[in-house]
Amino acid sequence: MNLPSFDPVTAVLLTPIGSAALLAILPGYRLTARLNVIASLATFLSALSLFVINRPQPGPYVLIDDLNIVFIVLNTFVGSTTSIFSASYIAHELETGRLTPVYLRFYHAMFQTMMFGMNLAFVSNNIGLMWVAVEIATLTTVLMVGIYRTHAALEAAWKYFILGSVGIAFALFGTILVYMAARPIVGEGQDGMVWTLLMQHAADFDPALLNVAFIFLFLGYGTKVGVAPLHAWLPDAHAEGPTPISAVLSGLLLNVALYALLRFKIMLAANPNAIAPGPLMVTMGLVSLVFAAFMLYRRRDIKRLFAYSSIEHMGIIVFAFGMGGPLANFAGLLHMVMHSLTKSAIFYAVGHISQIKGTQRINRIRGLTVTHPALGWGFVVGVVAIAGLPPLGIFMSEFLVVSSTFARQPLLAIVLVFGLLLAFGALTLRLTSVAFGAPRGSTASAEASYLPMFAHLSLVLGAGIYLPAPLVVWFQNVARLLG
Amino acid sequence: MHSLAFDISHTLAGGLVLISFMMLYQDRLYSLLNVFALHAVVLALSVAWQAFVQHAPHLYITAAIALVFKAIVIPVALHRIVKQLGIHRDIESAVGIGPTMLAGMALVALSMVLMLRVTAEADPLAREDLAFALSVVLLGLLVMVTRRNAVSQVVGFMSLENGLVLAATGAKGMPLVVEISVAFSILIAFIVIGIFLFRIRERFDSVDVSTLDDYRGERR
Repeated sequence: MNLPSFDPVTAVLLTPIGSAALLAILPGYRLTARLNVIASLATFLSALSLFVINRPQPGPYVLIDDLNIVFIVLNTFVGSTTSIFSASYIAHELETGRLTPVYLRFYHAMFQTMMFGMNLAFVSNNIGLMWVAVEIATLTTVLMVGIYRTHAALEAAWKYFILGSVGIAFALFGTILVYMAARPIVGEGQDGMVWTLLMQHAADFDPALLNVAFIFLFLGYGTKVGVAPLHAWLPDAHAEGPTPISAVLSGLLLNVALYALLRFKIMLAANPNAIAPGPLMVTMGLVSLVFAAFMLYRRRDIKRLFAYSSIEHMGIIVFAFGMGGPLANFAGLLHMVMHSLTKSAIFYAVGHISQIKGTQRINRIRGLTVTHPALGWGFVVGVVAIAGLPPLGIFMSEFLVVSSTFARQPLLAIVLVFGLLLAFGALTLRLTSVAFGAPRGSTASAEASYLPMFAHLSLVLGAGIYLPAPLVVWFQNVARLLG
Repeated sequence: MHSLAFDISHTLAGGLVLISFMMLYQDRLYSLLNVFALHAVVLALSVAWQAFVQHAPHLYITAAIALVFKAIVIPVALHRIVKQLGIHRDIESAVGIGPTMLAGMALVALSMVLMLRVTAEADPLAREDLAFALSVVLLGLLVMVTRRNAVSQVVGFMSLENGLVLAATGAKGMPLVVEISVAFSILIAFIVIGIFLFRIRERFDSVDVSTLDDYRGERR
């Protein structure tokens, strides 16, 4: 199929930024919330059409390949379900007076700008442009984290801003170093930043310069991925911002930074004399996993709990990609997709739970399955999924990570399994107290949209039971690309 | 090798490192802002010089942005904010001046050793520039971590970005897109910061970040 007049790449970029401009000036809550949903869905459909359309030749700015299609489709899908969730979530915030209409307009415009930044980061073939796009996405989320203007929200936003800026500064320095390494071989100017050209010549680059560049890039983008010990902004930003933002932070923004890191990892792997990026990623991944698993036990705030769970899972993903090889890469990719879907579903549930109960404190929430069966059981399924129980999707990807590690590095696998079990224990402990037992707190019925949550959960369940063959083939291709 | 062009750019970049050091021991907000303005002026000179020796006219734009925004607009605006908030008293440093200076020297030594070693192949002009740029970046970071005051953290952050601009201009022929974006990021950052400062003020009657610590989510 060939649609000559329709260019999905342009649509994926222009729909969010155009609607952001529109949402910034339109008044009225219902209209703008609907428009936000429509724009997000349109972006998602454009992203889907990337599968069927003839791919454009990689230009100086745009690149579409097997790797980034996965990221773009996941990004726009979770973006559109989040916009549906946020329509029902924000309506409640407006009623309770936590947000005013002016802030709502700002919120919607920022949401679409953030989607634009993330999509731009994925499609860009230019490491400079990619950096700019990641920065756009970060700054918009900083503004949204601080939107409630409470003490805690301001502190979280400030911390996020400072740490995020230092991270992005390091990433830029790393990008400049990559350009310096490329300049003698690829030539001056634009070409020295085009990723496909850099890849062609990566084997000839000065390895020492590339090594230092990767350290800076890892520290920079790693701050945004949230690997310990660079994670300090993450729990605060997740806990204090509006819940739709927690969902996109966990489900999407961490992936954007991870994607940038993966691109540079591929480049480094193409140079035989440079350090292998694997061991660094493996170490940091394991540290994040074990650290976050311990931290899970002492959480009293439900959104903070799942923020640490995100650190844990990003640790697993970074670990899997650090191990490398077809199987571990496949597992890492699958885990990333499953984590995005599950974690955003959990945040959708948590958003409604905290609205009903009027608190985020875990010990004030009891017996959800009794008072709110749909919400409660959705939450149970989500937590069971994120804890890695069969038959849900995360079990499968974790199983693949563990088994591929056992085959190659049994000692590392022991640490990995230890971390996983530790996290599993913490999550089940919290789950039983929140979901079961005698109800506590408000029992008011929720005016919530359950569609996004159940859509995500059924996808996760479906993937755990049966992965369609074309998807497997696609992921295998990507895993090969990742080296 | 040691031509006049090299010497001048070396002097300017070294001057930036020196001014970064000056930032470390300023104990008044106004003087910190003045030193930052000086930092931006030297950066503008350095970038203009690079534009001249590299025959890259687009770098003059970067120099002009540095001069107008960072040396004039932002310091003046920050002066006014400081005045309005009435916080022109001492800066609360988290660490004393002595240890800070020692840490600064260690960071400069580290970046020299690191960058000069790995860029042995590159041309000397870019090489020295990069080493100085990393020093400025790390010293900016040090300013950020040793100050508790939000305004001085912002100044530290902006001097860090100056180091990035120095690195970007030192890399010969680097596309314009990056320089403009750096300038833009500072601008956006400034807007963000402006909003935040007023919000923090509104909520806490202070811009001392340490007062924020009492409101950590978990301690409620």
